[in-house]
Amino acid sequence: MTVQTAPHDMIASAPVARRDRHLAALLPAIVIAALAVLPIAIVIGIALTGSGEDWPHLVNNVLPGAAATTLALLAMVAVGTASIGVTCAWLVVAYDFPMRRILAWALVLPLAVPPYLAAYAFGEFFLFTGPVQTALRALLGFQSARDYWFPDIRSTTGTAIVLSSVLFPYVYLTVRVVFLMQGRNIADVARTLGAAPVRVFFRILLPVARPAIIAGCALVLMETLNDIGAAEYLGVNTLTIAVFTTWLNRGSLEGAAQLSTVMLLLVLALLYAERMARRNQRFHGARATHMKARPPRVRMEGTQKWFATLAVLFPILSGFGIPAYVFCGYAIRRLEQLADPALQQAFVTTVFTAGCTALVTVAIALVLVNATRLSRTAAVGAVARLSASGYALPGTVLGLGLLFALTRLDNSVDAFARAHLGFSTGLLLSGTAAAVVIACTVRFLALAEGAIRAGLEKLPPHLDEAARSLGQTPTASARRVLFPLLKPALLTAAVLVFVDTMKELSATILLRPFGFSTLATHVYESASRGVVEDGAMAAILIILTALVPVVLLSRALMRDADATM
Amino acid sequence: MTHATDRFRRAGIAAFALTFLAGPALAEGEVNIYSYRQPDLIKPLLDAFTDQTGITTNVLFLNKGLEEKIEAEGVNSPADLIFTVDIGRLSNAKEKGITQPVSDEAINANIPGQYRDPDGHWFGLTTRGRVVYASKDRVGQDAITYEELADPKWKGRICIRSGQHAYNLALFASMIAHHGEDYTKTWLTGLKNNLARKPDGGDRTQAKAIYAGECDIGIGNTYYVGLMQTNEKEPEQKDWANAIKILFPNTEDRGTHVNISGMALAKHAPNKDNALKLMEFLASPQGQEIYAEQVFEYPIGPGTEPAAIVKAFGDIKPDPLPLDEIANNRKAASELVDTTGFQDGPAS
Repeated sequence: MTVQTAPHDMIASAPVARRDRHLAALLPAIVIAALAVLPIAIVIGIALTGSGEDWPHLVNNVLPGAAATTLALLAMVAVGTASIGVTCAWLVVAYDFPMRRILAWALVLPLAVPPYLAAYAFGEFFLFTGPVQTALRALLGFQSARDYWFPDIRSTTGTAIVLSSVLFPYVYLTVRVVFLMQGRNIADVARTLGAAPVRVFFRILLPVARPAIIAGCALVLMETLNDIGAAEYLGVNTLTIAVFTTWLNRGSLEGAAQLSTVMLLLVLALLYAERMARRNQRFHGARATHMKARPPRVRMEGTQKWFATLAVLFPILSGFGIPAYVFCGYAIRRLEQLADPALQQAFVTTVFTAGCTALVTVAIALVLVNATRLSRTAAVGAVARLSASGYALPGTVLGLGLLFALTRLDNSVDAFARAHLGFSTGLLLSGTAAAVVIACTVRFLALAEGAIRAGLEKLPPHLDEAARSLGQTPTASARRVLFPLLKPALLTAAVLVFVDTMKELSATILLRPFGFSTLATHVYESASRGVVEDGAMAAILIILTALVPVVLLSRALMRDADATM
Repeated sequence: MTHATDRFRRAGIAAFALTFLAGPALAEGEVNIYSYRQPDLIKPLLDAFTDQTGITTNVLFLNKGLEEKIEAEGVNSPADLIFTVDIGRLSNAKEKGITQPVSDEAINANIPGQYRDPDGHWFGLTTRGRVVYASKDRVGQDAITYEELADPKWKGRICIRSGQHAYNLALFASMIAHHGEDYTKTWLTGLKNNLARKPDGGDRTQAKAIYAGECDIGIGNTYYVGLMQTNEKEPEQKDWANAIKILFPNTEDRGTHVNISGMALAKHAPNKDNALKLMEFLASPQGQEIYAEQVFEYPIGPGTEPAAIVKAFGDIKPDPLPLDEIANNRKAASELVDTTGFQDGPAS
C-alpha cells in the first residue's frame, strides 16, 4: 500500500511547489496583462454607463446592415487571405519555378503597405476615372458609365479584395514555416504510398497547416475589424464605421462604446475558436537531422512553371505593385519634399517610435507567454487573451480608453505633487510621446504574443523537460534553452510590431503631444485636405522603411530553412 | 522655502523635462492650438501673427476626439485655442464644457452676430458655401435649388461624398430646420435615387467624376474649386475645375447653405492673454484677408473682400439660418442618412 501511494503523493504535491516557484514569473505577467487590459476595460466601462437610448435606432437601422456587411467582409477576407497564403506557401516550398527565390521573400512585401493607402491606390487605379477604365473606354469607344459594366471596387467585395491583397502575408508567413518544417516530408510519404498530389494537398497538408492557417487568419480578421481607413474610403458600412458615426455625428460616446463592446465579443469568440482549433494540434517539427533528408523541390516543366510564377506574382503585384505604382507617380513630382526638415523629422520620429515599441512589446509578450507556459491556469490564459483582443479595436477607440486612463493617472500624480511637493508635474505620460509608445504596445501585443507562442509551440516539449530533469529551474530552462531557440520567433514578433507601428495612425494622432509627427500622420494631414498626392512622399517612405525589416526577416527565415536543406 | 527644497524642486523639474521632452512648457510668449484644420493651411496666418507680436504658436492636428482629449486632460490641458472646420464640432465643444466665454469688443465688432455663439463660446472665422458643381457641357441651367436635387430628372446624374460627412450632415440639418424631418426624409430618398453611384471620396472626387463623365452634377464646398484651379503639382485638377461651373443653390429664395470654420477659447487655457491676442488678430481685417486668401473661403468680417479667384465664382447669398439650428439638427440628420439607406447609393 505505502509503496504504491508514495509516487501518487509526489505527483499531487508537485503542482503546489511549482506554483510557489512560479509566482516570481507570474506576478509581473499578471500586472502587465492587467495594464494592457485597462484601456479595454475603460471602453467597456463607458459602454455600461450608457443609457441605451441609441439602441432602438442602431438595432432598427444600423446594426443589421453593418453586422451583415462586417461578417461578409470577414468571411471573404478569411477565404481570400487563406487561399492566397496557403497556395503561395505551398508553391514556393514544394516546387521549383522561375524566380522562385525572389518571389518567396517578395510575398512578404504587401505587409509594408497600410490598408488605407492600398484602398486609395486601388480606387485611383480601378475607379471610373482611373487608368484601367479610362483605357477601356478609349479602347472600346464607350462614353459614360452607363455604357458598360465594370466591377465596382466601392463594395464589400472590393474592400475584401483590397484587404486580402495586403493582409495575406500574415497567413503566408505562418503557413510557410509549417510547410518548411514538415510539409514535404509528410507529403512525400503520402505520395510514395500512392496518393495523388491533389489528394495529398487536401487530405494531408491542409490538416497539418490548419493551426497555422487559423493563427494567421485570426490576425487578418482582427486587422479587418479594426480597419477604418479602407472601409471609409471605399464607402463600406462596417461596424467600425457605425462606431464612429454614432460617436461623432450623433454625439454618443456611450453608444459607440457599446458597439465596440459587441465587436470585442466577436473577437473573443474568434480567439476562442482559434484556441479550440489549435487544441491537441501541436505538430512538433522534426528538427535538423531529419530535415537534411528532405527531398529536393519538384521541378516544374513547360507552361506549368510559368503558370506557377504568375500565380505567385499576382498577389505581390496587387498588394504591393499597385500601391507602389500609384504613390511613386505622385512622389516623383515631389522629390523636393525629401529636403523638408519636417518630413525628415517625421521619418526619425517614426523609426524611433517603432523601434521603441517593438522592443517593449516583444519583452512584454515574452513575459506573458512564459507565464502562460508555466502556469497553464485558466485565469492567466484568459487575461493574456483579453489583453491581446485590443488589436481588433479601432485604434481611436483603444486610444480613447488609454487617453482616459493615462490622463486620470497623470492628473492624480499632478494633484499630489501640487499639494505635497509644491510643483506641478503636468501630464507626464499623456502629454508626451510615451503615450504613443504605450498605445502601440497595447495595440500590437497580440502580434508579438502570437508569433512567440507559435514559435514556442513548434519546439518539442522534451527540450524543456530535458533541461528541467538536468536540474534547471523552469525560468533558467526558458532562458538558457528555449529563448535561444526562439530567436526566429522573436525576430518575427519584433518585425511585425515595428512595421505595424510604422503604419499606425488613429491612436497616434489622438495621443501624440505637440510637435510629434510620424510619416503616417503626415500622410493623413494631406489626405484630410483632400490632397493625398502631397502625402505621397511620406507614404513611399513608410513603404520603403517598412520594407527593410520585412526583407531582412524574410531572408533570415529563408536562410534558416535553406541552411538545413 | 528653504534652499534645499528649492534645489530639489529645480532638479525635479529639470529631470522631468529631460526625460520626457514634453511639448511646449507653460512659458510666456506661446499659444497652443488644437486644430481640426490642417496645419499647413493656417501657417501663413500664424506666421503673420508671430511676426507682429513675437508670440509663437504650436499647432496639434487632430481628426477625431479633440473634445474628448481636452476634457480628459482637464486642468493640465496645454490647449489654449480650438480650431474647427464645422459648426457641429464648435457647438459640441461648448456643450462638453471645455470652452470659456469671451467678451471682447474688438472681436465682436468684426464678426457678425449670426456667426458667433450668443454666449461668446465660439466664433466663426470664414464661411464656405455648399454648392452644386455642374457640368459645363451637359447641364444647361444656371440656377438650381437644393429641393430640386430630388427631382427625377437628375436620375443617375448626381455624385456626392459620404452622407455621414460633416459637410453633408450640416446641409441635411439645414433642410430639416427649414422643412422638417418628414420632408427631408422624402427629399433625401429622392436624392439617393438620383445618385450615379454610391457616395464616396471627397468633394474634389465629384468634380473629377463630372470631368470624366460619370455624373453631371456634384455637391461640394466652394473652396475646393479654388484649390483645384491653382493646383500646380497635379495640373490635371485644373481640367476638373474647368469642366464644371458653380451653381449657388436657392439664390432666388433663402440663399445658399453655408458652414463656418471657427475658433473657441479652451476652458483651462494656460496662455489665455496670448490666445485672446490671436483671436483678435484672426477676427481683424488683416487676419481675415490672409486667411480668406489662403484657403479660398469667404471672410466673415463684412469689411473684407474674398480672394480674386473666389470672387470669380460669382456672388453668394448665404442662408441666414442661425448656425445653432444646424448644430441642433445634426443628430436627426445623421439618423436620416441611416434610415434612408443613403450610403447604399441608388437602388439598381
